[in-house]
Amino acid sequence: MAESEILLEVKDLKKWFPIKAGFFKHTVGHVRAVDGISFNIRRGETMGLVGESGCGKSTAGRTLLRLLEKTSGEVIFDGQDLNELSKEELRKIRPRIQIVFQDPYSSLSPRIPVGEIIGEAVREHGIVPPEEFDDYITRVMKVCGLPEYYKDRYPHEFSGGQRQRICIARALALAPDFIVCDEPVSALDVSIQAQIINLLRQLQKDFGLTYLFISHDLSVVEHISDTVGVMYLGNMVEYSETEKIFAEPLHPYTKALFSAIPIPDPDVKINRIILEGSIPSPANPPAGCKFHTRCKECMEICKTEAPEWKEVREGHFCACHLYDEK
Amino acid sequence: MALKDKMKKSGKKSSSYISAKESRRITRFNRKTTKKLEKKRADAGKDPALYTTKMKDENNVVEFDNVCTYFFTDNGVVKAVDGVNFSIPKCSTVGVVGESGCGKSVTSLSLMQLLPRPTGQTVGGEIRFNKGDGTAFNIVNTPNSVMETIRGDKLSMIFQEPMTSLNPVFKIGEQVNEVIELHNKDMSPEDVKARTLEMLELVGIANKEGVYNMYPHELSGGMRQRICIAIALACSPTLIIADEPTTALDVTIQAQILDLLQGLKDKLQSSIMLITHDLGVVAGMADYVVVMYSGRVIEKGTADDIFHHPMHPYTIGLMASKPVVGKKVEELYNIPGSVPNPVNMPNYCYFKDRCEMHCDKCNGVYPPEIQVSDTHIVSCYRYCDQGKELGYPKSVNVEEL
Repeated sequence: MAESEILLEVKDLKKWFPIKAGFFKHTVGHVRAVDGISFNIRRGETMGLVGESGCGKSTAGRTLLRLLEKTSGEVIFDGQDLNELSKEELRKIRPRIQIVFQDPYSSLSPRIPVGEIIGEAVREHGIVPPEEFDDYITRVMKVCGLPEYYKDRYPHEFSGGQRQRICIARALALAPDFIVCDEPVSALDVSIQAQIINLLRQLQKDFGLTYLFISHDLSVVEHISDTVGVMYLGNMVEYSETEKIFAEPLHPYTKALFSAIPIPDPDVKINRIILEGSIPSPANPPAGCKFHTRCKECMEICKTEAPEWKEVREGHFCACHLYDEK
Repeated sequence: MALKDKMKKSGKKSSSYISAKESRRITRFNRKTTKKLEKKRADAGKDPALYTTKMKDENNVVEFDNVCTYFFTDNGVVKAVDGVNFSIPKCSTVGVVGESGCGKSVTSLSLMQLLPRPTGQTVGGEIRFNKGDGTAFNIVNTPNSVMETIRGDKLSMIFQEPMTSLNPVFKIGEQVNEVIELHNKDMSPEDVKARTLEMLELVGIANKEGVYNMYPHELSGGMRQRICIAIALACSPTLIIADEPTTALDVTIQAQILDLLQGLKDKLQSSIMLITHDLGVVAGMADYVVVMYSGRVIEKGTADDIFHHPMHPYTIGLMASKPVVGKKVEELYNIPGSVPNPVNMPNYCYFKDRCEMHCDKCNGVYPPEIQVSDTHIVSCYRYCDQGKELGYPKSVNVEEL
């Protein structure tokens, strides 16, 4: 693949939150929310990021947008390292990277009318000349399926699905290249979910957008993504193209995760791999492979040595000792 | 003036707007009606003959017969459950599916008598709960004192949010003990503790002695849901209502909990009423499925009927709008529009405005229930000539109460 095809490159990104204790607030340890993840996203594609709650997927999304300062690592967006940029430079690049949050009820200010919510950043960044401002906002709203007369209404007048459309319109109004969708549909009803997913895909086709789609709903991720990364306790355990990873998951965690997806067909009796226990604390992760405490195929080496992140099959990355010899 | 301009620009008046006069009228009406209903209920509760009845079919645990539960709110009467008919057979799992606001939770709360009264009232119909000796309770008229002996004993509930349904200031052991003590007054404290530990073991808690002395905040979400299940099952209930038991949990934990529930159901010979919006969960668990929309049952049947031969356009749409792993589709089907305003329901089929298959007949009154096979019942005019009409859902006229 040509270099220019890659829009976002993440190299060994880490985000540790310090744990402070005592009178002088000494740092007594770190919560390793994101502990070294690497991936690339190509222009116009969607990458799905899946994992259980607390595995660091949302923190990863926020850290790479620099909404949280990283601990170490690199985030290269369109040839520029986002963490090296000065305040002014970052301000210039901000419109190109946007985020849609999970909860459409708390991510909209209740005091600002919809037109202003969508338009505020447009005016601030001077995306369009002032005389075209009104028409531009109307056009953006239309694209997102919002009628023009909503402009003067306030967020509380809308249902969850409509609010999520407003959030998407707000992100889209800045003509971004890259949008982080942090669980955009998990707070919505099934029939509304489908509307929002279809809208996101339509926008991607029309404007050539690139998405990082963070979700815990695997069936939604399979539907929308081109590539999928699976995270466990701050680490990426597997990464590949969607077809490959769903056809042949390699890591034992991915296997268990995929086998737990409920299938809406009473005749399909799937062989569920039931994982024992729950996810360990990221403040004190197990030594060696972080998954070894729950793994069915745990070996001696897993308890002491962390597995290497390597390309097991072509374009299929995995971190597991099971594939060491191959 | 500025506001008026805005109103004009927006093209129509906001639908939620109520004048002060109208608002006063609604409040007065609500106060009068709920008072009357409360009195009626108190009178019925005095005489056991009024709240004892007979099951239509002895093999059912619960029968919902044209149940109407309305909420008398400041915006008008919300018909949350409006003429719901279905029954739960012994030792089986019934899945109740629908979107938020369709009345599935209110149905279960009506059965438990946990409605926020006096705002929420069951104004019509019968809920029959099998006593097991040939008679049944009519839950609608049962007084609180009697409900307290059934609730938690023969009829128990698992709530959606394990984080908030346990009391943070009491130890786990005490919370499980409480249920057992309350329903078995002559049990000695030692026996109660032994039973609690037995329950904790049953729900798969390895360190039962340790957990007995822990507080809820020390446990993870999956563990807390296990405790909630232990509390619900402590008195071997005949019916467990599981209201979205896994929605707040991760997929891997969800698999653990569903597996556990299924196993315990067989062990204790109980029935489960599983309320959820996840079709995948229902398919894996339920024997019978009830699909609800806007307070009414639109389709019911065995899991096979609903998943392999869905008939109502809403059920078909719901199935198509959920992406399924392994089935690649270019675009998901989406049901256009959203649910109608619950205060002001149309008098034709509630789904007509969103339905892509509607015909001229749909402009008439709400469709009757049509029996298309022995087990499969659907409320849609498209199947009028394919089965026997069973009758129309009966609404209660609130003005006549």
